[in-house]
Amino acid sequence: MRKRRLLTTPYLAFILCGTVIPLLAILYYALVDKNGSFTLSNLASVADPVHLKALGLSLLLAFFCTLICLLLALPLGLMLRKNGDKNRNMVIFLLILPMWMNFLLRTIAWKILLQRTGVINTLLGSLGLGRLDIINTPGAVVLGMVYDFLPFMILPIYNVMVKIDNSLVEAAYDLGASPAKVIRDVLLPLSVPGIISGITMTFVPAMTSFAISEILGGGNIYLIGNIIEGEFLRGGSRNVGAGLSMVMMIFILISMALLNKFDKNGEGTVV
Amino acid sequence: MANILELVNISKSFDNELILDELNLEIRENTFMTLLGPSGCGKTTTLRIIGGFTRQDSGQVLFQGKDITELPPNKRQFNTVFQKYALFPHMNVGENIAYGLKISGKSKSYIDSKIEYALKLVNMDGYRNRAVSALSGGQQQRIAIARAIVNEPKVLLLDEPLGALDLKLRQELQYELIRLKNELGITFIYVTHDQEEALTMSDTVVVMNQGYIQQMGSPENIYNEPENAFVATFIGDSNIIDSLMLRDRLVQICGTAFPCVDEGFGINRPVDVVIRPEDVILDEPGRGQLDGVVTHLVFQGVHYEMEVMAGGFEWLVQSTQIQPVGKEVSLRVDPENIQIMSKPASEDEEAMVIDA
Repeated sequence: MRKRRLLTTPYLAFILCGTVIPLLAILYYALVDKNGSFTLSNLASVADPVHLKALGLSLLLAFFCTLICLLLALPLGLMLRKNGDKNRNMVIFLLILPMWMNFLLRTIAWKILLQRTGVINTLLGSLGLGRLDIINTPGAVVLGMVYDFLPFMILPIYNVMVKIDNSLVEAAYDLGASPAKVIRDVLLPLSVPGIISGITMTFVPAMTSFAISEILGGGNIYLIGNIIEGEFLRGGSRNVGAGLSMVMMIFILISMALLNKFDKNGEGTVV
Repeated sequence: MANILELVNISKSFDNELILDELNLEIRENTFMTLLGPSGCGKTTTLRIIGGFTRQDSGQVLFQGKDITELPPNKRQFNTVFQKYALFPHMNVGENIAYGLKISGKSKSYIDSKIEYALKLVNMDGYRNRAVSALSGGQQQRIAIARAIVNEPKVLLLDEPLGALDLKLRQELQYELIRLKNELGITFIYVTHDQEEALTMSDTVVVMNQGYIQQMGSPENIYNEPENAFVATFIGDSNIIDSLMLRDRLVQICGTAFPCVDEGFGINRPVDVVIRPEDVILDEPGRGQLDGVVTHLVFQGVHYEMEVMAGGFEWLVQSTQIQPVGKEVSLRVDPENIQIMSKPASEDEEAMVIDA
């Protein structure tokens, strides 16, 4: 018994160094001012109009990113369910392939594609179709987020959907349900754990990302992640940065708790 | 009685393997018909083609005389009870039973009364609000049956519904299915590999092997007069002995002439003889038709099973009277218990369709 407990040591050490200590450090910085005396002003700084606006925009973009990913992943999951194993694995492999490349590089690639004189606009121009003017807009940021985070939505949904026993689908069909009703009454409800998990894994990184908005937003789009980054790295106050991080974490924890209420079995719980 | 269902020249292959070859089957209204055979014989495929879950490569499915080949399962007036219950795990017992009725737009009061009626019918009164996962296998299968019959299907399809249950429960549910069939007055098509189940419940048994119907008839007919060696061995235990039909009503088994009741096989024709182990009567040496020695003895509860070496053949014998190993005995078979079968000319012919 003691030996077995010994095996857990590396994980405990990792949790301690990787999660507990950094969190405590953030908590400490969030609750003190520059001179080290206790204050709540760092937390309260979220009420600053600039910060509130960034938080609102982050929420909005993360919401759209999650929604688009969900709308893309659900039909794909349903289609892959019907396919044989061989096709299925190939499609999943191709979808995951871009993830093997650095995510900053992928985002920079989109910047080049979307530029005013970029590949897409040159192509559209030569076809006489006008221009796609979305670089440096929230639209470009959402596009980048969807591109980067889509696999995190697809994989959990796919995993749950392919495991649904086909006899349940046949039973619903047998009882008179049309194919659309089979999806509504059987396939979607049974996919809820995967959907919850996918939403969590897409929404949280979209909410906290700052690199995508910086690269595809051209420095015009301030998400809460950009504000926090600025506070830490660009001459701001690290106490304010820590305070905002704390607030956002609480915010995300609350939304995840709400989300998990839908998932009665808790199978898809990530956070 | 009219035919409710007709399968006409149905063929089906999977991955170039022929599962059903020009199968023809007529199913009469209001019968309990069982498709019986070993795994891979095509019985489940036949059921799935009737239900619309599998599309035949060629041939027609006629329901009340109309071709329903193009109809998807949700448009067919049949309901299915699946082998692994297939209850919806995200719905409780009542919601599962109500599903088909809700889809067809029945009123709430109608659905309510139907759920109560169906629960009573399968002896599951009071389980309406239970979670499916809280039920045992036998209870789940009862609910699956209830879910199917509330829709008042013209035909109920059952795909080895008792396969996953233990013996005692299986026997109990067998009697309940017979009762249900009689109360509901609908056609049951039942798939199983269990010959006892088939004999217990069916009005008509269809014995299948390798995509062909081997024999079709009442349980008594199938058991007492198997038409070929496959049916004889698949249904119950049997002694199948190479023999010679000397003339009408006389067959030479193991070198001894036995009177029998069959005619029309010709003179001095080789035949297969089927004798059920319970039909072999053991007596004191010299008092029967063929003398032999007991070589094995096993107690099986309702009877003793013995093997008797006689005339160069090891006879399987079942009797409530014990005969110890090594004892000399004489065996006797009543003429009407000797079943004569023509020898198959080739293996192909063995698998051929034999009309009942």
